[in-house]
Amino acid sequence: MDQANRPLSPHLQVYRPQMTSVLSIFHRMSGAGLWLGTVVLTYWLYATALGPEQYDIAQAIFGSWIGMLALLGWSFALFYHLCNGIRHLFWDAGYGYDLDTAARSGWAVMFATLVLTVIAWGIGLSAGAGS
Amino acid sequence: MNLRAPLQRVRGHGSAKEGVEHWWMQRLTAIALVPLTIWIVASLAFLAGASHAEMSAWIAHPGVGIFLVLLIVAVFYHAKLGMQVVIEDYVHAKAVKVTCLIANSFGAIFLAAICIYSVLKIAL
Repeated sequence: MDQANRPLSPHLQVYRPQMTSVLSIFHRMSGAGLWLGTVVLTYWLYATALGPEQYDIAQAIFGSWIGMLALLGWSFALFYHLCNGIRHLFWDAGYGYDLDTAARSGWAVMFATLVLTVIAWGIGLSAGAGS
Repeated sequence: MNLRAPLQRVRGHGSAKEGVEHWWMQRLTAIALVPLTIWIVASLAFLAGASHAEMSAWIAHPGVGIFLVLLIVAVFYHAKLGMQVVIEDYVHAKAVKVTCLIANSFGAIFLAAICIYSVLKIAL
């Protein structure tokens, strides 16, 4: 067999998507997205270090509707990666491998992600409106 | 008959060329990031709309600045390890793969340096 043409993992396109496999690939996608989002947060922190003028510009960008939409996506990806990451840590410790548990923990991750995102934005929007 | 050289058998890694360092550090940073992530998101949510003076004062607080530096190190270490696996799995052309791996490492370290510099500039 030709070494260069041997099958390489992972073969996403040959399996029927299942809830667990979709959550699995979204863990990677959210992780990659968070890497890129961290570039934007680095800009924000650097702008804060530069002084009030640059900080106000950065705050205006994040406060615009495009900025808020990006922050919403970033926070959703972050909470998903956090919750599903904890699910992964339990697997690493040897727990939760049977199909029923894996399905239930998957739904729990989705539910927790939504709840945490709503709570964070509830706090953020009320704090932002108050100042 | 065992065709493996004695030295390779002693090292015990087979073709893996390394042990569990990558796997272990990814989990170690993940464990650290669970409380740190909840803390930073909650803090920034409460600080939404804060003035530059308020935000700077918060970052300059010792209890905040120290944990921000810890968060930055853990985030970029974890991000570098995670993105490395994604590149190794999906980028198959050797030259592109190595370029991506180098960019990933340099990028993570460079961003971490900017973040730590910024925290220190505000706090000190």
